[in-house]
Amino acid sequence: MPAVRIIPCLDVRDGRVVKGVRFQDLRDMGEPAVQAAAYADQGADEIVMLDVTATLQGRLARLRTVGQVRRRLNIPLTVGGGVGDAAEARRLLENGADKVAVNSAAIGRPGLLTELADLFGRQCVVLAIDGRRDPQGRPLVLSRSGSRQEDLDVPAWARRGVALGAGEILLTSWDRDGTGAGYDLDLLAEVRAAVDVPIIASGGAADPGHMAAAAKAGADAVLAATIFHDGSWTVGGIKQELAQRGLEVRS
Amino acid sequence: MRDVMIIDTGLANVRSVQAALERVGARPRRVSQPFEIAAAEFVVLPGVGAFGPAMAELHRLGLAAPLRLRALSGGPLLGVCLGMQLLCEGSDEMPGVRGLAVLPVRVARLPAGIRAPHMGWTLVSGGDRPSHAYFAHSFAVAGEDAGRLAVSGWQVMTAGHPRPFVAGVQRGDVLACQFHPELSGDWGQDLLDAWLNGRTQEVAACLQ
Repeated sequence: MPAVRIIPCLDVRDGRVVKGVRFQDLRDMGEPAVQAAAYADQGADEIVMLDVTATLQGRLARLRTVGQVRRRLNIPLTVGGGVGDAAEARRLLENGADKVAVNSAAIGRPGLLTELADLFGRQCVVLAIDGRRDPQGRPLVLSRSGSRQEDLDVPAWARRGVALGAGEILLTSWDRDGTGAGYDLDLLAEVRAAVDVPIIASGGAADPGHMAAAAKAGADAVLAATIFHDGSWTVGGIKQELAQRGLEVRS
Repeated sequence: MRDVMIIDTGLANVRSVQAALERVGARPRRVSQPFEIAAAEFVVLPGVGAFGPAMAELHRLGLAAPLRLRALSGGPLLGVCLGMQLLCEGSDEMPGVRGLAVLPVRVARLPAGIRAPHMGWTLVSGGDRPSHAYFAHSFAVAGEDAGRLAVSGWQVMTAGHPRPFVAGVQRGDVLACQFHPELSGDWGQDLLDAWLNGRTQEVAACLQ
């Protein structure tokens, strides 16, 4: 069985790494290629780059950024952020992404997942789901960078997405994102029960304890941004702690 | 500087392999003409995509026969992921389609009831340099077939998910990996470097 993957996430806007709380109040955290290489040196198992730049010019710049990151990385690179169709996914793959994450476009047109899986293989297709609990505690899907709530239950959408062609789920808890309160373990367990593809847990990690708990709840990979960007943890430091807790990590 | 020809069927994502070869000092080029394979010093058959369409494309481009010939005659060749599977006799992914039949085995779907696709870093052990390698696949040669490969002179490396499967094979300068050496960190990079420089003993040390 694979080791637990530790994945630093680069949220990119206009060619710079940024990080906020619940997708807001963005702070500048440096250059993507430099950050990605530094994390790879620390022992990162994969890099996820989510670029939310929406303009046409921004899209072209993003392809250049993907190429720059690719040249430096000898580990997998997943790229997402507003990927709207197969042509855009192909451009990202051609410029060096190994996997493409789709979110809102798949909600609007679920067939996109099948199209991508047929073209590139399902191991290239990551379904990114942002989930938020409603007042009744029901986990609902958010789209458009968290700005719109869909009438979709997170585990049900995950199951449908996998049936359509997604080979992996990137599950972000909007409630926990940037808060350091730990991953939403219940949400993770619910999605784990719904699908048999790998799940990347995202949103809320502050320490290795959160990551170990996510792995036990069924995550195959744990993603974090803030704790790596602000230097409170290195990937290597996290791995040491996880190994001490009996989890298999890549050394 | 080593010139490496990467087979470009237009179906596979070759950018990561290209970048990895550049990092170890090679000069990779994408090719899709039969004569380019015969003339090439090093050939990489990358793989992302599905078995059926990839084989169809190799036949359409006239690449199947020269690739097979090259592999059988021991010319430097690296097959990655689907590229390794294409070297087999066939695959459960597309039962009616014949592969390049260099490896005397078939590719099977990973057993049901496990996490699939098998995606991530799995331990490849037994050699001088046991390490985690990066995998992303739903099909593989079953571990039970290792013996048949060994009889044909292939060094075989296995990994488990959780049942054993063939993670890689090597015979001289022909190397085929179910994992992605281009994405397998420094270890994968060393493997590529050893293959490119004809250090087959070192390749074997990683693979055994």
